[in-house]
Amino acid sequence: MTAPVPLPVPAPVTWPDALYDTLKQVGIDQIGHVPDAGHARLIDRCEHDPGIALTGLTSEEEGVGLAAGAWLGGQRAALLMQSSGLGNCINAIASLAEAGQFPLLMIITMRGEWGEFNPWQVPLGRAARDVLLAVDCRVLDVHRPDEVADTTLAAARLAFDSSQRVAVLLTQRLIGTKAFR
Amino acid sequence: MTTCTLTRQRVAGRLIDTDPDLLVVTGLGGTCWDASRAGDRDLTYYLWGGMGLAASTGLGLALSRPDRRILVLTGDGEVLMGLGSLATVARAAPGNLAIVVVDNELYGETGGQASHTAGNCDLAGIARAAGIADSRTVSDVAELETLASAVGALGTAVQGPLFAVARVPGQLSGPPAELPPRDGTYLKHRFREALIGPHILR
Repeated sequence: MTAPVPLPVPAPVTWPDALYDTLKQVGIDQIGHVPDAGHARLIDRCEHDPGIALTGLTSEEEGVGLAAGAWLGGQRAALLMQSSGLGNCINAIASLAEAGQFPLLMIITMRGEWGEFNPWQVPLGRAARDVLLAVDCRVLDVHRPDEVADTTLAAARLAFDSSQRVAVLLTQRLIGTKAFR
Repeated sequence: MTTCTLTRQRVAGRLIDTDPDLLVVTGLGGTCWDASRAGDRDLTYYLWGGMGLAASTGLGLALSRPDRRILVLTGDGEVLMGLGSLATVARAAPGNLAIVVVDNELYGETGGQASHTAGNCDLAGIARAAGIADSRTVSDVAELETLASAVGALGTAVQGPLFAVARVPGQLSGPPAELPPRDGTYLKHRFREALIGPHILR
């Protein structure tokens, strides 16, 4: 008898915790989000943190207003969304956040770019970067778990210290392709 | 049909006067002009764009400053563009936030086309169904006074969120002779300096 070839053991996913720790480190007080599987663990961490006001949004554009309002009041907000939700935000990013030079930190989980199962996710996944650049956002990519903390920290400094609109793109290779069965 | 005897200028002036420390976010167009005519102030953030975002901007502000009262003064067209934010406000339930819609039933900045509220659309009903229990319609001075008392007691005797439609059918508000500042960055710095202190700009 030979032993069966063992199945590969997936490494434990720890980057959402690194992301949470970094958001705490940079003093995030408010988070706006539309639920997303890629952000599920982070959202769960925030829900259990009395130091973070977690606001569930009906549409991502509300988060741009939320973040501007938080800044007016002296707080720092971050927005969690999926690449498909970015499309809902464009006018808000341009005509509120850019017009007022508000800091805006968006943590975007990418779909449609790496082994995507659902063709409906592909168009905005493909367009996300160009759209962000067109509305004067900085775009920082994260491909590997060990880049999450550094990149988020750099993005937060750009946003809050230099009054920029900044998107951290958590690539689909990092998050893993959504499995339906 | 209720008789509407309010003027939009009276609505803006009376509500902004409820509290010298009130934090105000306006919509674009008519309510921006109304708030400006009531007296330019550092703690008013005028939206000149960002249509549909007045309520969510007010929400972020309300959550960041639970010690202050926040008034979002906006128009029917503006709030119609962001109806989902009423459900978001209801869910977040900030006790210190009032959203007042100056409802003239038309799009004043674009030629006076009828808005949805000229038909059967009931914004107060929508807000109530979205979960904002204290949602009312005001049409005369007595009702405006009751609303002003509520806004002035937000976060203390009155727990928000509060939503109100002030009915001013057909009333337009053109830009004032002296426009309010229209640089969003300047308005932001001015607001934060007044609210937080000059150190915030360093």
